[in-house]
Amino acid sequence: MTFDRTIASLAVACGVLLVAAPIAPQWLLFLLALALAKGLVVLGLLLLMRTGLVSFGQGLYFGLGAYAAALLAHRGGLADAALMIVAGTACAAAVAAILGLLLARYREIFFAMLSLAFSMILYGLLVKSSALGSTDGFHVQVKHFAGIALAAGVERRVFYAASAIAVFFLGWALHRYLRSHWGRLSEAIRDNELRVEYLGASVYRVVYANYIIAAALAGLGGAFAALAVGHVDPETTYWTTSGEFVFIAILGGTGNVLAPFLSAAIFEALRTVASQYAPNVWQMALGVAMLAIIMFLPGGLWTLVRRRAA
Amino acid sequence: MSNFAAVVFDGVVYSSWLFLMAAGLTLIYGVMRILNIAHGSLYALGAYTAASLGGAWIAAGYAPAGSFAMLALAVLLVGAVMGPLIERGLLKWMYGKDEIVLLLVTYAVFLILEDAIKLVWGVESKLFSEPYALPGNFAIGALVYPVYNLVLIAVAVVTGLALSWALYYTRQGKLLLAVIHDREMSAAMGINVDRVYLATFTLGAMLAGLGGALTAPMIAVSPGIGVEVIVLSFAVVVVGGLGSLGGAALGALMVGLARSVAVRYWPEGELFIIYFVMALVLIARPKGLFSAPEARKI
Repeated sequence: MTFDRTIASLAVACGVLLVAAPIAPQWLLFLLALALAKGLVVLGLLLLMRTGLVSFGQGLYFGLGAYAAALLAHRGGLADAALMIVAGTACAAAVAAILGLLLARYREIFFAMLSLAFSMILYGLLVKSSALGSTDGFHVQVKHFAGIALAAGVERRVFYAASAIAVFFLGWALHRYLRSHWGRLSEAIRDNELRVEYLGASVYRVVYANYIIAAALAGLGGAFAALAVGHVDPETTYWTTSGEFVFIAILGGTGNVLAPFLSAAIFEALRTVASQYAPNVWQMALGVAMLAIIMFLPGGLWTLVRRRAA
Repeated sequence: MSNFAAVVFDGVVYSSWLFLMAAGLTLIYGVMRILNIAHGSLYALGAYTAASLGGAWIAAGYAPAGSFAMLALAVLLVGAVMGPLIERGLLKWMYGKDEIVLLLVTYAVFLILEDAIKLVWGVESKLFSEPYALPGNFAIGALVYPVYNLVLIAVAVVTGLALSWALYYTRQGKLLLAVIHDREMSAAMGINVDRVYLATFTLGAMLAGLGGALTAPMIAVSPGIGVEVIVLSFAVVVVGGLGSLGGAALGALMVGLARSVAVRYWPEGELFIIYFVMALVLIARPKGLFSAPEARKI
């Protein structure tokens, strides 16, 4: 096996993140945990974008993951973080397996808007259901991880460490997937899907599979986010949340599986600073940054990393 | 029976409002192939401008009837300033990129305008209800409605008719149709496509402003009102078929009526039903109700 810089960098980065787990201050831990959770969602978006699809509705799966995990603890009485993570992911993947049958037929704007419509349907349901706390959502209290009881104050660090480990394995897996037969097919679909069909491959199947993978990653991200924040609300499924994921994906670019996490970390750090000093111009700064990236760095920030490496 | 009439009337009022938003959106998409997310911000700008101008008018002690003129002025201002500003200043440099990239560009414009509005008008909500109260009330059965609702319906109908007349019976409109049909060929035949784009975007911005200005008297104008409008008008436009004016009208009616039925009989489903209608239509007709088949490019 040849030396792979991406995997090596991923391993080093996750190693550093793990080392930080017991010693980092709470605020940094919170920021990183959110960045990792959102990075996972954007990792799925990266896969979709490699296939030529931009989803303005990943908030659907982000929210589903968060709610499924939170409900398991809140209603099911199974307040075990490991179970919640699995439940969030599985729930998102299951819903995607149904909706994907339909959505895999759509491209471009129609794909974007239909996925947005589905996320807004969930939003509409959550906002109106008083049993689930309506617009306020509800709190999630978790004290166990895989059957082990956690001391107060330690649980956030454990969840964060778990997400760092998940990021390593999933980043690795997606990196491998992108270089596999189906990964290559995905990019071919983005370039010209009719030719792919003429070559004998099933575009529908690849798009469907990628859609489910992206949804599962978003669900996992949602579950981790719910654990990190300790609260879920319908805002997670609102279209502006999905827009945020698209923004992070554009910011980082689709060049590498590391890009989403890098860009999510930058995004979260900037947001923390902005909410402190300039809460009223935060969105404006985002908009300007987005325009600048579209105009001058169409490949996202990852182009800069690649340029330095080359 | 009067219950049913009330539901239909509510639906038609809501549809009129939706149509005004959707008409501008579908027009811009039809001509420029840009799905304009900033449309919601233009709507908000229209509402804020109307509230400010109208508020100033009332505060100055002029006749309240004149506040309607202020609504019109707000519409013209938003169109004439924001349209050329966004089209000439930004979109012009982006033509030729993917539709989805253009979508992201207008998303960026939306983010910028959202904060710009907060900076200019502050985060306090603005009230400007004179035009709403002024024309008085009328009754359907036992239910009393403000006449302003009829104004809204009338404006929507007139706008729709005027737009289709302009599009199909005037020279400029036919030039526009030519550009929609084939941009490059029209340019080759000597149509100034740049100007058509500018005019279209300005008109679209004006329609968004119109929707906002007419809404301003009915609500408390506050930050974030544009956010929901965008997805709603997207839903309408997508139901009708992107780029089709008749489609926007039909889509607005379907969504508007579905919503008012839901509000009456199943209030929890208000938001749900709108997007559910959209999803259903798209499942049956993947490109909306009024959409021409397209050849696939190899």
